Amino acid sequence: MIELMRVRMNRFLRRILTRPRIDLPLAAGLFLLGAVGLATLYSADGGNMSMVGGQAARFVLGGVLLLLVSRIPPATLRTWTPWLYIGSTALLVVVAVLGEGRGADRWLDLGVMRFQPSELLKLTMPMMVAWYLHARPLPPSWKDMAVVGLLIVVPAALIAKQPDLGTALLVTAAGAFALFLAGMGWWRIVALLAAVVGMIPVAWHFLHQYQRDRVLTMLNPESDPLGNGWHIIQSQIAVGSGGIFGKGFGHSSQSRLDFLPEHTTDFIFAVFSEEFGLIGVCLLLALYAFIIGRCLWIAMQARDTYSRLLAGAIGMSFFVYVFVNGGMVAGMLPVVGVPMPMISYGGTSAVSLLVGFGVLMSIHAHRKMHD
Amino acid sequence: MQQRRSIKDHRSEGALFRRRALVGFALILLGLCALVSRYVYLQVARHDEFVTRSVNNRVKPRVLPPPRGLIYDRNGVLLADNVPAFRLEVVPEQVKDMKAMLAQLGMVVPLSQDDIDSFLKQVKQSRRFDSVPLKLHLTEDEIDRFAVNRWRFPGVDVVPYLTRNYPLGSLFAHVVGYVGRIDADDMKKLDEASYKGTTHVGRIGIERSYESVLHGTPGYELDEVNANGRVQRVLETHPPSPGKNLYLSIDARIQKAAEKAFDGRPGAAVAIDPRNGQVLAMVSVPTFDPNLFVDGISAADYHALLYGPDKPLFNRAISGVYPPGSTVKPLLALGGLELGLRTPEDTVLSTGVFYIPGQKRGYRDDRRGGFGTVNMKLAIMWSVNTYFYKLALDMGIDRFSKWMGRFGFGKPTGIDLDNEAAGVLPSRAWKSKHFRQPWYPGETVIAGIGQGYWAVTPLQLAHAIATLAGHGVPYAPRLVMSEQSGENNPPVPLVNPPTGPSLVTSEANWNTVEQGMQMVVNDPRGTGYGLGKGFPYTVAGKSGTAERYSRTTDAYNTNKSTAYLASRHRAWFEMFAPAEHPRIAVAVVLESGAWGAADAGPIARKILDAWLSTQKDPPPDTPLPESRTKAPPPSTAPAPAPTGATP
Repeated sequence: MIELMRVRMNRFLRRILTRPRIDLPLAAGLFLLGAVGLATLYSADGGNMSMVGGQAARFVLGGVLLLLVSRIPPATLRTWTPWLYIGSTALLVVVAVLGEGRGADRWLDLGVMRFQPSELLKLTMPMMVAWYLHARPLPPSWKDMAVVGLLIVVPAALIAKQPDLGTALLVTAAGAFALFLAGMGWWRIVALLAAVVGMIPVAWHFLHQYQRDRVLTMLNPESDPLGNGWHIIQSQIAVGSGGIFGKGFGHSSQSRLDFLPEHTTDFIFAVFSEEFGLIGVCLLLALYAFIIGRCLWIAMQARDTYSRLLAGAIGMSFFVYVFVNGGMVAGMLPVVGVPMPMISYGGTSAVSLLVGFGVLMSIHAHRKMHD
Repeated sequence: MQQRRSIKDHRSEGALFRRRALVGFALILLGLCALVSRYVYLQVARHDEFVTRSVNNRVKPRVLPPPRGLIYDRNGVLLADNVPAFRLEVVPEQVKDMKAMLAQLGMVVPLSQDDIDSFLKQVKQSRRFDSVPLKLHLTEDEIDRFAVNRWRFPGVDVVPYLTRNYPLGSLFAHVVGYVGRIDADDMKKLDEASYKGTTHVGRIGIERSYESVLHGTPGYELDEVNANGRVQRVLETHPPSPGKNLYLSIDARIQKAAEKAFDGRPGAAVAIDPRNGQVLAMVSVPTFDPNLFVDGISAADYHALLYGPDKPLFNRAISGVYPPGSTVKPLLALGGLELGLRTPEDTVLSTGVFYIPGQKRGYRDDRRGGFGTVNMKLAIMWSVNTYFYKLALDMGIDRFSKWMGRFGFGKPTGIDLDNEAAGVLPSRAWKSKHFRQPWYPGETVIAGIGQGYWAVTPLQLAHAIATLAGHGVPYAPRLVMSEQSGENNPPVPLVNPPTGPSLVTSEANWNTVEQGMQMVVNDPRGTGYGLGKGFPYTVAGKSGTAERYSRTTDAYNTNKSTAYLASRHRAWFEMFAPAEHPRIAVAVVLESGAWGAADAGPIARKILDAWLSTQKDPPPDTPLPESRTKAPPPSTAPAPAPTGATP
């Protein structure tokens, strides 16, 4: 029995290496993005290799997971989906009850490592919505949309309560995109958006004081030049002073002189903008657009609803990262903890992103097979 | 499969998805375009502006912690000062490897484990780009050695700051207290914004109770820094508003004389101005050097102070509780008059033993055979137990504890210090709460001479005697007389209205008690005779000798050895002067004194002498009031006789 499992395991691993089921254009885009990320990190960390090394190790780990996940057929993923969703939501409840963290209770201590269950939802949420909708006639009925709405709101509320508004936003967006791709009616979308806008004053009531401060500070950064406004002012100076052509690699004075806080994590895109200018920004955004476009192309090639919705939702939620982080760095959106994908330093987000792309690779590889 | 989901139209669903994906992608491109337009706005339209700001961006804000308010005595003698010193500060963000840096730095400037621990704790709680102090009070040698090695430690710098110094050292340790380094626990309690950059916070004494007044509000300055982040120029300064200066009502000269009078014997003394509750002196012996605590006391020093034989850190004046003994007899006498239970002329026969009617147990007088027939004044003068046994019994415990409660016993006096003990005022309610037992008449009897459950702090007794001396008007004791915002402004006195109506309804009642107390020190038969000698004002007083342990037999104690008695007794003396219009009231306790008058009395007198020397116009010698007491002239009187102390 054990012998048999060992043989199958070996065959599985051999196949990953000899016949990887990956989409080459997407892999190339991710590879390029990772390289840009490491280079920017090198500069943002003041020409130091220690952070770069750590980040590269995470990319390798994420890459290995990507290859492993790409071997799992979407049909298998689909059968696991409800359990994965229930499991990850249950972990959120566990965190809410006995979680520990710095100020925000979002970590679960496993003894050997600590991880954020909310990170899992970024993948299990679109999986669940796709799973629910794939067996239903599309476009979805009112009832189906109500069920999907519930599937989204429960974990999102748990995450928002941690409080981790950034991740709650990403998780909600992933589920909402799946619903959008499933063909939710346009008038319904408009009505829903109007309802969301109408809810803003209510939501404001439930925000923490520091979150309100962040919004107010975004609107008028000079009001708090020593505290929250400092991030926004310095970030805009970095971006603006980069100009069209940028100051050149390794010449971000804002980061070098330590004016820009968090310049390796949430605000690393400001360093990139300062060094590579508007041209660099456009090229990087084009690369992101290419990756998103490729994801949607893979989604369109897929033959079953589950794969289509999942692939499309993963690709589109990638955009939310870019938009929210890019907007925050440019002083367009309030400061929320959303990293620039594959560029910001930090472990869990890079790894979970690559696992998501592993799912896409799998969908691409299995596009010829019917479910 | 196809059959099971026949209601699904795969072809149209696929087409729907393709349409949606394309629309979605178009929307995403639109979103990215919006993002790009924002970057165009910043990087093209406002490029010049931001380049200028970036070039000029050598400006970093720096918090300016407020200088702590100074503390003076009533005549402007400095008690707590700010002196310039230097410390090491670290910006965590600029340190690549904290452990290695600390190890390397430790070889240049010695770092204690305490320094490192509290530093690392604070690093965890502050933002990475905020500067955190590592080692305070650098010596010149350390500054020099670091300056040579500074290039090796980016993010570490020597920063000037103001540290606290107590010029008079131990003399005011129990009053002014001290400040200590802010630790991780403090940071949770303190307001982050107003304590940014502040390293010390008041721990005990005035430093603690007036923390909010002394602290002030921080300001900030905008510094121009060079490429290494070192300050080149200050561009803009928003100065902090310093904490207010405090003037204590204590006179350092009286304080010093009081401490000296104890000669190191454990005890406490408090002197209060009866006209307003201002504390003129407050000492607790032994004391300690508060300067040791400012930059963190070593564990060994702290252990020695904490567990030393006489507990120098213990503030006996406000936290030590002792049975008051006979010192409370004048208060009880006043109660007898005010409640209509006695007239000054009523007499009691003292036979040496007092019995509660129908009970066998006897309560003794201090003199074998008793004092004979005594009226109130004589009873105070001789400290005749029988008189007060009977008065207490007639009054009953309920009226007794209500009356004594008006003098402030059994509750904190409300002085402007923390950690004040409440003491115990015996009452039915107190006993049933603590012992779940009814009250027995015998307990009323011994309460009449300040024994039993009764326990007071020296401050409480001083407050009570000041209330008596001030013709019954109670004032909460106050250490801080006035506040001053800035050296150039006049100090603003703090108001301290009376805490209640006067306890005295008839001046005649007050005069009786006051005359009895004058006789204590001025009549040759008085227990404290001689203590008023040579003082230009008339003095009134009362001794008290309280037992530390309860008696095991009814037999008279024949051991008259002073050392033996001192091990069993606590010696009290209370005094006020000038007797008719008192301006100072003093209570002194000596933890190991054989007799109140003989041992605590001279301390109280020395405090009065010191007070007198601070008065601008010492009045001409006023004659001693022989006429009133009808006593023989005092010239041939023997030394104070320790006869009058209560058992």
